[in-house]
Amino acid sequence: MAVKDIIERCTELYRDLEFNAAKRWKAAGSDRKVMGYMPVYVPEEIIHAAGMMPLGIVGGGDQMEVIHGDAYYQSYICRIPRSTIELGVTGKLDFLDGILFPSICDVIRNLSGMWKMMRPDMYVQYFDVPQNFADGIGGEYYVKELEHLRDEFSALAGRPVGDDAINRSIALYNERRRLVREIYDFRSEAPWKAPTAEVHLLMRAGLVIPVEEHIRMMQGYLAAAREEDRPVRDCCRVVINGSFCEQPPLNLIKTIEMAGCYVVDDDYMLGNRWLLEDLATDGNPLEVLADAFLHHSADTAAKYCPRKEDVGRFLLQSVKDTKAEGVIFSAPSFCDPALLERPMLADRMSEHGIPHISFKYAENSGQMQPIREQAGTFADTLKLWS
Amino acid sequence: MSKESEVVKESSMLMQKEMIADNYEALTSTAESGRKVASTFVPGNLNELIMCFGMLNNLPEINAIQNGMRKKSGAMIMDAERNGHSEDVCTYVKADIGQMSKGNIAPNGKPMPAPDLLLLSYTGCFTFMKWFELLRHEHGCETVMLQVPYTGDGVITDNMRSYVIKQLKEEVIPAMERVSGVKFDIDRLRENLRRSAEAEDNLVWVLESAKNVRSPIDAYFGGVYYIGPIFTAFRGTREAIDYYRVLRGEIEQRIEQQLGPVTPEDDMEEERYRLVVEGPPNWTSFRDFWKMFYDEGAVVVASTYTKVGGVYDQGFRHDPDHPLESLAEYCLGCYTNRNLPNRVDMLVNYVNDFQADGLLVNSIKSCNSFSAGQLMMMQQVEKRSGKPAAFIETDLVDPRYFSAANVKNRLESYFQMIEQKRSRIEAA
Ligand code: SF4
Ligand code: SF4
Repeated sequence: MAVKDIIERCTELYRDLEFNAAKRWKAAGSDRKVMGYMPVYVPEEIIHAAGMMPLGIVGGGDQMEVIHGDAYYQSYICRIPRSTIELGVTGKLDFLDGILFPSICDVIRNLSGMWKMMRPDMYVQYFDVPQNFADGIGGEYYVKELEHLRDEFSALAGRPVGDDAINRSIALYNERRRLVREIYDFRSEAPWKAPTAEVHLLMRAGLVIPVEEHIRMMQGYLAAAREEDRPVRDCCRVVINGSFCEQPPLNLIKTIEMAGCYVVDDDYMLGNRWLLEDLATDGNPLEVLADAFLHHSADTAAKYCPRKEDVGRFLLQSVKDTKAEGVIFSAPSFCDPALLERPMLADRMSEHGIPHISFKYAENSGQMQPIREQAGTFADTLKLWS
Repeated sequence: MSKESEVVKESSMLMQKEMIADNYEALTSTAESGRKVASTFVPGNLNELIMCFGMLNNLPEINAIQNGMRKKSGAMIMDAERNGHSEDVCTYVKADIGQMSKGNIAPNGKPMPAPDLLLLSYTGCFTFMKWFELLRHEHGCETVMLQVPYTGDGVITDNMRSYVIKQLKEEVIPAMERVSGVKFDIDRLRENLRRSAEAEDNLVWVLESAKNVRSPIDAYFGGVYYIGPIFTAFRGTREAIDYYRVLRGEIEQRIEQQLGPVTPEDDMEEERYRLVVEGPPNWTSFRDFWKMFYDEGAVVVASTYTKVGGVYDQGFRHDPDHPLESLAEYCLGCYTNRNLPNRVDMLVNYVNDFQADGLLVNSIKSCNSFSAGQLMMMQQVEKRSGKPAAFIETDLVDPRYFSAANVKNRLESYFQMIEQKRSRIEAA
């Protein structure tokens, strides 16, 4: 399949707020169930092993008019919860068999309670993760939380979810993680061949289709993109940071590149590559998942950093690995984690002489001119300096 | 104000004032005393444990409140914003960081020492976690974190409890021993907890006194004074026991004399509206804000803000027989660590049990932990209690977000709404 066709399919999925692909998947078997989840990370392997399809929900984006959602939220709260409520109130998520709200911030945390009140008939679970990274403390706690989740999913599925099944799912997700890494590496090596808008759409597609299909889709994209002959532009190389939850509109992502910045790393769809390495497929799967979470997972503002000297280390490494020339801090308005963390990251970048700029957005931001100007000026400055 | 009530009012208030002043004095003289300072937060405040190590407890929220009430926080917040902190985040954090850039002067005019330990009790609020990372970024001192899992299903599970206890045993206590040089003594902790429970009994009695129709207290504006000692550096102390005993005596007297709540101007005359309030108060215009209520004869009979540092009116007491378990239960049960359905239940019960006319939500721009979901909570409480609810918006310590005219208008309409509801009931 050509790049164009794959991206067309991804765009269709991106625009489909009725989640028809997931509905079709569900309709194909009487015992099939769909489990929604919000950013940033849930152990999809356990959902998958229970015969359910994980469905990532990242709000309604810029295509959805929020009519009811605003009645649930004050103006100073980010947009993703209100458009997610809108999806709920308008019945678009009625086909879900359950929904997980992972621990990321107080807004998503409280949304879990709102959902419980709004849909008392639905399985609604707040999913806590450890902020203590010692195996015997945070690890032990987390394994028990995973056991709880597995038992709940077993009850929902009407059959036990065994270790073998989870291990098989881990193997499948290892494959997906490898491909995601490969695509990110490919873009970093040849950003003109894999524009960020395409990579973003490809990653977004993974939220709403079965993992098996996503794997095939990414394989297809990699093969086709490698063959494509696309002109190299005179752009600088930047890393985007702070966009791990509410996603910017596609236009904003395109605007940054059009303004002269090749995005060589980003945290847009961080959940897809939260676990950084391949996981063992022959151990106690819950312990394996816990170990990966504690010791081999991505860093983001939603996590506690136990040592001062490690703040910003992950971002610095990414800048180094991708040979980026600068960092763009791009956070949703009113996003506590991203905006509280930003001054510390900015200081760390400055200490290492890495130029950076920052701006805020909402998933429905329409005005691209200020971003174009800011990113354009940044690109010019970077070119001048390098 | 009558002479008699002035005396009644002043004995507990003076006591508290003295306790706070002494604590600031102790904090600002550590260079001489050699005592170590642990900075920590109000929710999940482990004062009894901190005291076991002879350490002093410094609470940055309280410093921010003090600066807010003295009208100093606005400049501090703007300083922090100029230094790269977003206008969108909690203003407590920015007031705290701004205070440091202004020489970190305590309310007694002396410089505040840098903390020896940042005890990050991550209880009920995400911002806490990054706040202390930011302070560590500035001070570079030892930081120890206590993660308190959120009770998303409305219950405290065994896994949550053991996780908190394990962190206390294996991380928090060893860090305190290291910093203070004092060995942990569980019997000392038991003693402190015993004193906490005694004070908590009287605090609950005081809060429950608002069930009297003609409430002797205001459980929000007055309430923030009543919770002062127990939410801060005094839980587990003899002074706190004495304070709550005196306070209880004062309230008993007020009930006997059929007096309404103390206000900054006078005892409140007629009690016209009984309200339950959800959300923290505004501190920069605290007096003006309060006046809008007592001028109209509105008394707050129950509030959730007075539960952020511990929910005692539902039966929880610190328990000397189960010291670490009890600290864990305390942290897990703090108000903002409870899920929304649980918070709604509490509010509905308050409206019913305190015979309130309705619910007022003071939505705080800074605080997602409190505010996200409040509009839905309000609808639920209205539906379940049949009493009208209303909504105002302010901020904690950022004066830019307190619009007196706006708040007053909304309150007036709300009081009218209550009147209308009453006449409808009377007519029926
Ligand atoms: S955008 Fe930020 S504040 Fe909003 S829900 Fe996501 S993480 Fe929380
Ligand atoms: S966000 Fe709310 S609970 Fe957290 S520190 Fe700020 S005011 Fe306190």
